[in-house]
Amino acid sequence: MLKLTNVCRTFNKGTVNEKRALVNLNLHLKPGDFATIIGGNGAGKSTLLNLIAGVFPCDGGKIELDGQDITFLPEFKRAKLLGRVFQDPMRGTAGSMWIEENLALANRRGQSRTLRWGITKEERAAYREQLKVLELGLEDRLNSKVGLLSGGQRQALTLLMATLQKPKLLLLDEHTAALDPKTAATVLRLTDEFIKRDNLTALMVTHNMKDALAYGNRIIMMNEGRILFDIEGEEKKNLTVEELLKRFQSAQGDALVNDRMLLS
Amino acid sequence: MELMNLLGAVHGAVAQGVLWGIMTLGVYITFRILDFPDLTVDGSFATGGAISAILTESGMNPFLTLIFSLMGGMLCGFITGFLNTKMKIPGILAGILTMTALYSINLRVMHDRANVPLLGVDTVDVQVGGWLPMLSRYNAQLLLGGVVAVAMIFLLYWFFGTELGSAIRATGNNPHMVRSLGVNTDTMVILALVLSNGLVGLSGALVAQVQGFGDVSMGIGTIVIGLASVIIGEVLLGRIMGFLPRLIAMIAGSVVYRIIIAVVLFYGLKSQDMKLLSSIVVALALFTPTMSRMFQDSMARRAANSPGRMVPDKAFEDAIDDSDKDPDEPNQQG
Repeated sequence: MLKLTNVCRTFNKGTVNEKRALVNLNLHLKPGDFATIIGGNGAGKSTLLNLIAGVFPCDGGKIELDGQDITFLPEFKRAKLLGRVFQDPMRGTAGSMWIEENLALANRRGQSRTLRWGITKEERAAYREQLKVLELGLEDRLNSKVGLLSGGQRQALTLLMATLQKPKLLLLDEHTAALDPKTAATVLRLTDEFIKRDNLTALMVTHNMKDALAYGNRIIMMNEGRILFDIEGEEKKNLTVEELLKRFQSAQGDALVNDRMLLS
Repeated sequence: MELMNLLGAVHGAVAQGVLWGIMTLGVYITFRILDFPDLTVDGSFATGGAISAILTESGMNPFLTLIFSLMGGMLCGFITGFLNTKMKIPGILAGILTMTALYSINLRVMHDRANVPLLGVDTVDVQVGGWLPMLSRYNAQLLLGGVVAVAMIFLLYWFFGTELGSAIRATGNNPHMVRSLGVNTDTMVILALVLSNGLVGLSGALVAQVQGFGDVSMGIGTIVIGLASVIIGEVLLGRIMGFLPRLIAMIAGSVVYRIIIAVVLFYGLKSQDMKLLSSIVVALALFTPTMSRMFQDSMARRAANSPGRMVPDKAFEDAIDDSDKDPDEPNQQG
């Protein structure tokens, strides 16, 4: 489904601040794979997702999605294939527009925008049904501005928007990091439900090791722009946080575990 | 007698306000919907007037010239949009560049003259007066402006309800999201600027027709007038929601602005003082949200410092709310 070949990205090339964010990275996701990505700050997790989404171009290598070479496709054209949820709840929705307007915009992802009416009656009814799944009472607030919703509600809405048109790949960039633990758990549960329901292929960046182990069929550990290890299937199911840390230390050589990872 | 004169001045101001209101609709699109302070309008307004004047002078039907002015304005907007999105020049600077370049272009359009009078020509308002002889000069202008304004309001109301219009609104609100939903935000920015400056050019043409000349300096300060009208319109609107009332309020804001000017002029201020006055109005209006926040903060501080009063008053509660997470905060500028 997704195939990255020798993908590189360096920031501030040729300056003292040069940072090799991704180094000859190779990754292959099979259809239906739900991979979680963990790693310390600056490991290249978000860079990886942004490269796949086309927020910035890669310096080298090739990105293929669904058999299509998307390496040089601009962000808005790749959007046809991708569903995205961001870390910042403000980023995935338009705050001064209504809930139904946001959904209508998302429902037309990848289609050219015409002079047809922006939202139809049938759509409205469908959105009401789909919002019920979130169990947040949003189905009765179609004409509320999204700016009035809480961060958790906005993230749940963004998740729904990202999956309204079934994406070839769902990119989740620490999408629960800005939420309180209870809301984060709700959004994660919904994420898992949607992925299973639509049999989506997904990449989820997280700082929470427990979440990374609890969800998905694959776990990818990144460090300094490289993939340290990539574990899937049964082996992943039996993995524990302790074992993960041990593996991280042995893979990295030096025992320098990120504080934030230990704490979580 | 004085009152009659004042009323006469206000009457003329209403007609002027409606004609300038079409420009205000354009400024509303960029400033409020797209969140793009577009200074092109100072140039494109004069471009609209210049095109209409020169074409009318050369014998074209004055009504037909309006369409060319509209298209001329659109082209101006396209240039600014191109500078901003494709050449990555910051929005304000892109507008300034186009505006400055348009000064030269407008002189060229008017065959190197700073002023093209429309003497001995039946301008559009004169023609309307000819068809409906019972209308006074001002009423003919008012009817003309009103018909165009109503047509434009309905056009905009329809357009911003379409898929394309929704995408433009969302672009002004959250371009990241719009890109992630597969819309080319560059195209949306250019489209909005084209639409906005088209309206500005049309307004400039109507004003030139009514005043009987096109002038290279007629656009100076247009953006400030537009912003002042937008802000006045929003104040008039109060808490009324909805897009249609909002568009109508833009015309109303422009009319009120002209009435204020007429009254102030009537009571002795010189017309050259108007730009100063407009700037002060806009500066104060843009300061209002900050000012009310500062007021609330000081109230909160006072409440916190007086130990005898345990019950917080309204201002205090509001301040507490604000210090907490204000869900509407990031949309304030949008």
